[in-house]
Amino acid sequence: MTTTSLTKSRGAGRAGDKVFSGATLAAGCLILAVLFGVALFLVVQAFPALVASPDKIQGGQGFFAYIWPIVVGTLIAAVIALAIATPVAIGVALFISHFAPRGLASGLGYVIDLLAAIPSVVYGAWGAAFLAKEISPLYNWLADNMGWVPLFQGPASATGKTILTAGIVLAVMVLPIITSLTREIFLQTPKLHEEAALALGATRWEMIRMAVLPFGRAGIVSAVMLGLGRALGETMAVALVLSSGALTASLIQSGNQTIAAEIALNFPEASGLKVSTLIAAGLVLFVITLGVNMIARWIITRHKEFSGAN
Amino acid sequence: MSKRIDVKDLNVYYSKFLAVEDVNINIDPKSVTAFIGPSGCGKSTFLRTLNRMHEVIPGARVEGEVLLDGDNLYGPGVDPVTVRSQIGMVFQRPNPFPTMSIRDNVLAGVKLNNHKISKGEADALVERSLRGANLWNEVKDRLAKPGSGLSGGQQQRLCIARAIAVEPQVILMDEPCSALDPISTLAIEDLINDLKDQYTVVIVTHNMQQAARVSDKTAFFNIAGTGKPGKLIEYGETHTIFSNPSVKATEDYVSGRFG
Ligand SMILES: Nc1ncnc2c1ncn2[C@@H]1O[C@H](COP(=O)(O)OP(=O)(O)O)[C@@H](O)[C@H]1O
Ligand SMILES: [Mg+2]
Repeated sequence: MTTTSLTKSRGAGRAGDKVFSGATLAAGCLILAVLFGVALFLVVQAFPALVASPDKIQGGQGFFAYIWPIVVGTLIAAVIALAIATPVAIGVALFISHFAPRGLASGLGYVIDLLAAIPSVVYGAWGAAFLAKEISPLYNWLADNMGWVPLFQGPASATGKTILTAGIVLAVMVLPIITSLTREIFLQTPKLHEEAALALGATRWEMIRMAVLPFGRAGIVSAVMLGLGRALGETMAVALVLSSGALTASLIQSGNQTIAAEIALNFPEASGLKVSTLIAAGLVLFVITLGVNMIARWIITRHKEFSGAN
Repeated sequence: MSKRIDVKDLNVYYSKFLAVEDVNINIDPKSVTAFIGPSGCGKSTFLRTLNRMHEVIPGARVEGEVLLDGDNLYGPGVDPVTVRSQIGMVFQRPNPFPTMSIRDNVLAGVKLNNHKISKGEADALVERSLRGANLWNEVKDRLAKPGSGLSGGQQQRLCIARAIAVEPQVILMDEPCSALDPISTLAIEDLINDLKDQYTVVIVTHNMQQAARVSDKTAFFNIAGTGKPGKLIEYGETHTIFSNPSVKATEDYVSGRFG
């Protein structure tokens, strides 16, 4: 009976395995179910607005005419935020991980993490009450000197409550997210590869370009996408900072609107078809976010062979 | 190409800890010099001071001189980056850049100094370096594939190709075979034999047979005890060190009686 020692099962261990795999399966299904439920809710609630006759929708020209300017406005604000935040965040993260003396690095890292904990309404109030006022002379200067560029066409907003200001506030808000994540990634660069670069005669900056940044590529993309997620969905700060209006190319005039702020500002007084319209706008935001994440996944997997994970 | 190294009165510290004490050694050009000794005696530490790689470690510093054909590596105004581009290094664990193709790995160091290398020149250099590292025939059909897909021994030869592509004066190797199987080890040893026609090679090894097989001269390092500094005990022709050493500790070590 030599086989008994192999066939005899260790009851408790087996049961533990089963419970664990059952629990993870349930958690996975729950997430999918919630996601599906949200999508279903949005579609059902938005349906009336999507099929309503154009003149019933706000603006009187149908849902598409209503939604596309605020989609563009949302994207403009997010792009401004990321264009400012990404290079600054990566620079600060690199400074913390590879340049700063250890004491300064941990202090700075701590401050950055604290920034992420500030509620968005505080950022919004700061943007509206302080930044907008302080920055409007710059807008006047831009209108005077660079006004021939459509983006900086005058007259500049007197209050400074423009989409550019909103973008800057968003940049400050997403900065700590991107910085914290990329710092962690940069710190994980294998010493082995850093030394390989240095031993070839690389300067510290060249070492970063050869070993640190390529190694952290997928992580940087993920961090930026998380930042983008916050920038796209941020409501309060934009609602406070932006004096909204019709879509305009100029970033320094008042005007433009984002989906999230549009929903937040109008939802309390909305009823009937207006509610459906706003929920449809939410559905569009949901789809944009989903699309952005899929593109990010695609960027990451496209280079999998060279990711160092093999 | 290929220069001599003369080390004078070198002490190496990790912050306050004296890791290697008072090393004097003269390393001939176009030869293979092996460093042997029990682990922890400071072989790696000393090797890294020969191209200033120890400076990567916070708190590490040296006293004394290392002369490359008479020029002090630690002289005022000497840039460690320049030093390292002339004195290449191969590490214990193979470390090709995982995010680069085989071709780009070979060119990595070259592109630092010469950004405008033409494609034809680059192709020629890649082939020359990979041939020099006895790797060309194995990878010539997959130069665009990632270097991390190669076997350990192939990766280590890729690292050697990457080091010789920048045409250094000296190549330092820190236990380059310790992570490899016997066949790959033999391939690297053959390669070291070829390299000394052109380069000054210094190799750290814990494998005494390997030192006996590949080196012209051997330096034996030892420590008196933990916490004590490592010292160069004896340095001479390899066959002398192995057959007729003049210090008792060397004889004990090479005959396998301790360490
Ligand atoms: N990064 C470091 N920081 C502090 N001490 C170190 C460091 N690296 C090595 N040492 C110490 O220096 C001594 C020599 O180590 P090492 O040069 O690695 O020896 P070997 O290569 O001969 O095995 C050891 O006592 C070791 O603990
Ligand atoms: Mg060692």
